[in-house]
Amino acid sequence: MVDMPLGPAGVGVPADVEDVELYHPHSWVTKYVFSQDAKVIAIQYSFVALSVGLIALVLSWLMRLQLGFPGVFSFIDANAYYQFITMHGMMMVVYVLTALFLGGFGNYLIPLMVGARDMVFPYVNMLSFWVYLLAVLVLVGSFFAPGGPTGAGWTLYPPQAILSGTPGGQEWGIIMMLVSLMIFIIGFTMGGLNYVVTVLQARARGMTLMRMPLTVWGIFTASFMALLAFPALFVGAVMMLFDRIFGTSFFMPAIVEMGQPLERNGGSPLLFQHLFWFFGHPEVYIVALPAFGIVSDLISTHARRNIFGYRMMVWALLAIGALSFVVWAHHMYVSGMNPYFGFFFATTTLIIAVPTAIKVYNWILTLWRGNIHLTVPMLFALAFIVTFVNGGLTGLFLGNVVVDVPLSDTMFVVAHFHMVMGVAPILVIFGAIYHWYPKVTGRMLDDTLGKIHFWVTFLGAYAIFFPMHYLGLMGIPRRYYELGEMAFVPPSAHTLNAFITIVALIVGATQLVFVFNLFWSLRHGRPSGGNPWRATTLEWQTPETPPPHGNWGKDLPVVYRWAYDYSVPGADQDFLPQNQPGITRAAPGSLHG
Amino acid sequence: MASILLFLGLLAVVAAWWLARQGLASKPWLEHGATGALPEADPIPPSKIGLGIFLAVVGSLFALFISAYAMRMQLPDWRDVPIPGILWLNTAMLALSSLALHGAGTAAGRDDLPGLRVGLLAAGISALAFLSGQLLAWRQLTGEGYLLAANPANAFFYVLTGVHGLHLLGGLVALGRTIERSWRETATRSLRLSVELCATYWHFLFLAWLVFLSVLTGWAGDFVDICRQLLT
Repeated sequence: MVDMPLGPAGVGVPADVEDVELYHPHSWVTKYVFSQDAKVIAIQYSFVALSVGLIALVLSWLMRLQLGFPGVFSFIDANAYYQFITMHGMMMVVYVLTALFLGGFGNYLIPLMVGARDMVFPYVNMLSFWVYLLAVLVLVGSFFAPGGPTGAGWTLYPPQAILSGTPGGQEWGIIMMLVSLMIFIIGFTMGGLNYVVTVLQARARGMTLMRMPLTVWGIFTASFMALLAFPALFVGAVMMLFDRIFGTSFFMPAIVEMGQPLERNGGSPLLFQHLFWFFGHPEVYIVALPAFGIVSDLISTHARRNIFGYRMMVWALLAIGALSFVVWAHHMYVSGMNPYFGFFFATTTLIIAVPTAIKVYNWILTLWRGNIHLTVPMLFALAFIVTFVNGGLTGLFLGNVVVDVPLSDTMFVVAHFHMVMGVAPILVIFGAIYHWYPKVTGRMLDDTLGKIHFWVTFLGAYAIFFPMHYLGLMGIPRRYYELGEMAFVPPSAHTLNAFITIVALIVGATQLVFVFNLFWSLRHGRPSGGNPWRATTLEWQTPETPPPHGNWGKDLPVVYRWAYDYSVPGADQDFLPQNQPGITRAAPGSLHG
Repeated sequence: MASILLFLGLLAVVAAWWLARQGLASKPWLEHGATGALPEADPIPPSKIGLGIFLAVVGSLFALFISAYAMRMQLPDWRDVPIPGILWLNTAMLALSSLALHGAGTAAGRDDLPGLRVGLLAAGISALAFLSGQLLAWRQLTGEGYLLAANPANAFFYVLTGVHGLHLLGGLVALGRTIERSWRETATRSLRLSVELCATYWHFLFLAWLVFLSVLTGWAGDFVDICRQLLT
């Protein structure tokens, strides 16, 4: 550690930056369309990702209509149902959650939170968005391709993914899906390099790694993981494309299709599963770690209390990041792999629960005796904790081989991963949008609409997914287009399915309240000022709101403290911004905190 | 999946070494004031760090291909591909290319502009020779009936060499731009940086090629077997 040179007033000297490094837009097109400003790119990413999210939401409605009221809607046949499932899953996991957390929040928050003017490679950053958009267009384009999109399930398991019995298997669907994924990965790599290198190289003076807000830590770790995990999906996609187009047998075993033996033999479907889940499991944490980081900041800010166990939170993030690469095969207990593998992966799976539990304890201890403000972002953050614990506990069930084997093909798994990977991160995304919207637009989102949105979404999600666990325990299989007449399925299960569908329709429709709020508040929201939540982190200390191009005006900020100086005893206000040099003492007798 | 885990393990060691120097055990809540590590006087340029991380990504892509190769080759339908003799010549070409870029780097350090230009051109030409040699190897194999879809070993041969070739092709775009700049500019700092980045990328691709070659010839497998025997 070297002490920073101090200016005359005991204030640190800001870092010099060469002006030429910053790109300056000259026209409307370079400012708002082909923009190299991370903030504009973030909004573009978020807008596209949220739009894809709305499409995926409608797809889930269509699936639920079939499950709740089988046979009523003639346009949902078995093929369409599987296409909806596949596209819903892939869109939500990759094109919504990953893109939104890293491309959206990463782009907006990293430069602002570490005190940089922009990302380090702005041109590559711009390219990253346009490549992502291309990937989305190819994916959505497969709806209009001959044969429609692929219906292989979001895991795209061979051999069925490229056989003629599967929708899109011998048509365009699977090819467009694989190509789209490859384009996405290329685009993400461009963005990911930016997120990582910006954190490493462009931090403001005084911003040591251990002074970074946990949001940045979460996004940083997740970006690094994504950079290393996505290649596995890329390799799988390349090899499956070869199998589909050139007739190779990487994954294709000897197989009889429609009574005809195919000209392939010897391939290993299990190999694809290994590759897919080598990406697939880190992917869960690629989504979860940014959510962990954001939730930590929301809780600390809205409870006016420093985060409990900051160091432990950072260590836990890193530990989860590393461990998530050695748990992948717990998705494959029923795949027929060597049973000893199952023993090993069950152990690592249970170990990863330890750092995760540490995080949960620390959130709760941060809340303990805090000055909790039940603002809309805080409501979402609290809902996240509850939901994540719920989903995590069922994860402990499924992490054990003997419990997983009977449950693996049931709705229990669907309920589990929707709780832990669907609802929980989405709650964080909503909380984060309510929290940072004032910085992006200069106006607050409407509070009443926000609370309506929160309560219907939160309670609705539980009404949807809690009963689903029960269906799973009863043995109701997942992936089935219709249940038909099965002796073990009581009529009450059908009633429950209809109930879930109705709630899903209501919860889905409620998201329109949120969309309306986003647009309405842009014009009519209450002006927020620069720091409406009285938060400490740098993005709230910009000279102007919304922050202009270059973020900081003439001088870059200098950081004097960590990100969590809330309710410091003796200070005259209950938060100390990271760029505030000393503590302004309150007048005697007016101490609080 | 041993190759990829080994590769990630190495990365984890590097990451742990780096993190250990970042004061992860410090107590930031006690450290008020303007302390904090200053940026070094001559910081590493972001593009170098960026390239380093990009190489980690490419490395993990290659390691995953090798993992897939190792798993697939254990199945009974695997028939080894004979290695075309031209691959040895190609290997020499790529080594030459890598050396030439290294020379260009040192020439740039001496402000020796003619030397820099010669080095860059030589690297470009020998890299193109490598790629043409790879295409010849493909032609030779297809001519002898080792078609892509006939056996997974053939398919892997084409895929591995193809992926490696594509990365070199991408590098050639960057090298082409650097060559073009070396004719327009004097040996500025940013030109030197570009040459250095190209050289790093080339050394990496040469190393990756050696690994691929050892996998394709089966030497890597023999080596692993010997190690296994020594351990048991």
